[in-house]
Amino acid sequence: MQRILKAAIAALWFMLLTLPVLGIKLNVAAKSVIWRFDRILALGAGIFVLALIWDWCFTRKAAGIKIVTLPAGFNLAEIIEAFRNRRGLRLGGLALLAVVLLGMPMVSSFYQTNIMISALLYVMLALGLNIVVGLAGQLVLGYVAFYAIGAYTYGLLNQYFGLGFWACLPIGGFLTVLFGLGLGFPVLRLRGDYLAIVTLGFGEIVRLTLQNWNSVTGGPRGVSDIPRPGFFGMSMDITASTTYIYYLVLAAVIITIVVITRLKNSRVGLALQALREDEIACEAMGVDITRVKLSAFALGSCWAGFAGVIFAAKTTYINPSSFTFMESAMILSMVVLGGMGSIAGVVIAALILILAPEYLRAFSDYRMLLFGAIMVIMMLFRPQGLISGERRRYRIGALHGAEGGRS
Amino acid sequence: MDIQFFIELFFGGLTRGSIYALIALGYTLVYGIIGLINFAHGEVYMLGAFTALLIAGALGVYGFPAGGILIVAALAAIVWCSAYGYTLEKVAYKPLRGAPRLSPLISAIGMSIFLQNYVLLAQTSDFVPFPNLLPEMDFLEHIDYVMGASDFLILMVSTIAMVLLSVFIRYTRMGKAMRATAQNRKMALLLGINADRIISLTFIVGSSLAALGGVLIASHMGQVNFGIGFLAGLKAFTAAVLGGIGSIPGAMVGGLVLGLAESFTTGYFSGNYEDMLAFGILILILIFRPDGILGKATVQKV
Amino acid sequence: MNPVLEVKDLSQDFGGLRALNELSLTVNQGEIVALIGPNGAGKTTFFNCVTGIYTPTEGQMFLHDAKGEKQLLNGKKPHIITAMGMARTFQNIRLFNEMTVLENVMIGRHCRTKAGIFGAIVRDARTRKEEQDCIDRSYELLELVKLQEFWNETANNLPYGAQRRLEIARAMATEPRMLLLDEPAAGMNPQETNELKELVCHIRDHQQLSILLIEHDMGMVMSLSDRIYVMEYGSCIATGTPAEIRTNPRVIKAYLGESDA
Repeated sequence: MQRILKAAIAALWFMLLTLPVLGIKLNVAAKSVIWRFDRILALGAGIFVLALIWDWCFTRKAAGIKIVTLPAGFNLAEIIEAFRNRRGLRLGGLALLAVVLLGMPMVSSFYQTNIMISALLYVMLALGLNIVVGLAGQLVLGYVAFYAIGAYTYGLLNQYFGLGFWACLPIGGFLTVLFGLGLGFPVLRLRGDYLAIVTLGFGEIVRLTLQNWNSVTGGPRGVSDIPRPGFFGMSMDITASTTYIYYLVLAAVIITIVVITRLKNSRVGLALQALREDEIACEAMGVDITRVKLSAFALGSCWAGFAGVIFAAKTTYINPSSFTFMESAMILSMVVLGGMGSIAGVVIAALILILAPEYLRAFSDYRMLLFGAIMVIMMLFRPQGLISGERRRYRIGALHGAEGGRS
Repeated sequence: MDIQFFIELFFGGLTRGSIYALIALGYTLVYGIIGLINFAHGEVYMLGAFTALLIAGALGVYGFPAGGILIVAALAAIVWCSAYGYTLEKVAYKPLRGAPRLSPLISAIGMSIFLQNYVLLAQTSDFVPFPNLLPEMDFLEHIDYVMGASDFLILMVSTIAMVLLSVFIRYTRMGKAMRATAQNRKMALLLGINADRIISLTFIVGSSLAALGGVLIASHMGQVNFGIGFLAGLKAFTAAVLGGIGSIPGAMVGGLVLGLAESFTTGYFSGNYEDMLAFGILILILIFRPDGILGKATVQKV
Repeated sequence: MNPVLEVKDLSQDFGGLRALNELSLTVNQGEIVALIGPNGAGKTTFFNCVTGIYTPTEGQMFLHDAKGEKQLLNGKKPHIITAMGMARTFQNIRLFNEMTVLENVMIGRHCRTKAGIFGAIVRDARTRKEEQDCIDRSYELLELVKLQEFWNETANNLPYGAQRRLEIARAMATEPRMLLLDEPAAGMNPQETNELKELVCHIRDHQQLSILLIEHDMGMVMSLSDRIYVMEYGSCIATGTPAEIRTNPRVIKAYLGESDA
């Protein structure tokens, strides 16, 4: 009973709170005011329900019970473990995935293929950011700057020097790494909040430079007529070209996943994670944290550079407005949602966050609103993300193969 | 040297600096008391502008006298933004008080995005005009090249607000409780201070100031948009850090310094790089003197 | 006697506060030396100076490396000092909480292994051998501290005493010549303390280590140490064998108390 009262009070509070912004619709030209009480009441009802759920969630959280208990045996981490354990299952799953991913362009429309390309690019970005934020624990808010640098590398090198896609791909990666180191170096001593803000500033400075340096970067107009990647000099129409780019991005994503997985499960990856856990202890144990931090920035940023070059090739037209803080925030939310450091989690989260709005057209207006809400809700109820508690598998000689194979 | 131009820039800088100071105070108060950068604070400022706009618009349609509208709208903005600030803290920050630093920061970013889009969806993405509600200030006639009615209002109101805040913090019981909680929360709790209430109060005070800034800027610029919070918020944060985060006089000084710096840069160099100046200053300060102008260097205990 | 750690007239100021005042100390090869004193005497500050976390205001610190050469520690960063052969544990346990027990120890091997980004991506034979070697040696260290059955457990799930032993194993993974233990027995019950004593002796005997120990448990200090330094207000007020220290009036007055020892 008390719960209902609390929910009612909450509903009333929010109705009053949002009264001006939600309830008033000014028509400046006609100098009239429309009172949208219908929206207020709808909100009230919604909040009432939400408050009950919220309260229930918090009660369970306080009591230590998991909020969402999936039906027994449906533990996400366990499923993934099962895949890793049983070879047959793993190969079967991968084969299925391969069929779906490879066959996709054949059965889908041009539009859908484009969306998948977009989603896969975000997967790359999220994986790259995952190295810096998820593994190394360095909160970077301006990640989209590296994306922009990659894209503009291709755009500008093509515009001024006529360099092609394949030439610009490594150059883009290289330049991005330079910027990554350039950002990493001055911020070595910064922690947490301050690091986040400085990287945010970095991201904005890059965007503003691209926007204002008209003579070089084309300013707000950006760079256009960027050629698509060539396939042994063949000329392709737009559909074929898009399909080609799809396979390109798919290959890139697979390479990214493989490389990052190997990095994570190596001496380098271990050092990154130790850095995230406790910098001082890490340094005391003989880890050169300057070097590790800079590695994190370099390793994290290069993927954004590659993705940026591909992005420029895909859209053939880039301008600064594609590289705002919102993008950085979105990529960050993918890392947070997926589970910091978890590669599978981040991939899934990226795909969900990009594909869901496309297929839930009704909500597309509310996309950013939901982004924000999801970030808050995840932090409140599941800060560890979708997939957490992944363990690397070790084969210990002394135990003579009591454990299974390595990952 | 064109003295007139210089004076114009100077007062222009003071004006915008005052707005920055008002917002920066919110950042510094919250950071001082719970060590969190309230990323959504810029959105509160924007909400202040919008609330004032909507109330003023409604009152205007119903035929209120102009001067009264401004005051009522400002009060409405303050009331509602205090409520927004209070709610923000209760929903998104309070449950995360024990969590690692990353969690509340991400929550704050999420709330910032949420509030921006909330206003966008509830209202519009366009720039909405704000009516001119200022009375004629004839006594400014002689210096109208440096200070219009709006500038005068901003300077006056913000100065009064800052003085009131200083008095409040220094001399009232609540103010002392705020300072105590900021310095040592556990001890304050042991002394019977209700830390939760004080933290809520901090958010309310900070949000009121931001709301005031929002009203002033809306009136000054003549238009409002859902996106003004982001940039203003970042710049105000820069100001707070510049002056020394956690220091109230620091926020005021930082705001004015930033405002003047921007004004002179725009005047003597170019307007294009105005925004970059703030970010540049932010980065340089955080790297070289993170404690700001008025802050004290802190040693980390191992 | 071959010195391993030599500290001469070390002083450390924090603003106006003199935390360490012309402290001199030597630890010889194979010794267990204890550093005792009331809280706030500067013992952990001393550790922090010697391991490079603080830069001392005055004085010099030397570590004699495996080749017998005297290396100056002043101004060197912590990870360099660790690589030189000096490792430590922390007063307030600083484990890598979300990582497993084995992984915590493996981090200690970082400064003794070489594989980099290229090796990680390519996974050539040498990298794989190094990794497997690292795993096996880390596991051996866990066996040494009797934590091997928890190797795949998350570090912060361990009971308190086990966490302290894990810190020791982690420090030892760096192959130190000089081991600094900061209150290793803090919060332990008598049985755990006994086990810790055995462990410390075992380490000293079988791993050719020298140990400098900060500790408040006088039973442990007196029975384990070869020599003791006593600190108060940043200065060393006495040094000698346990028997000498036990009866030193100044020490009794400042720290031990009449009925103790």
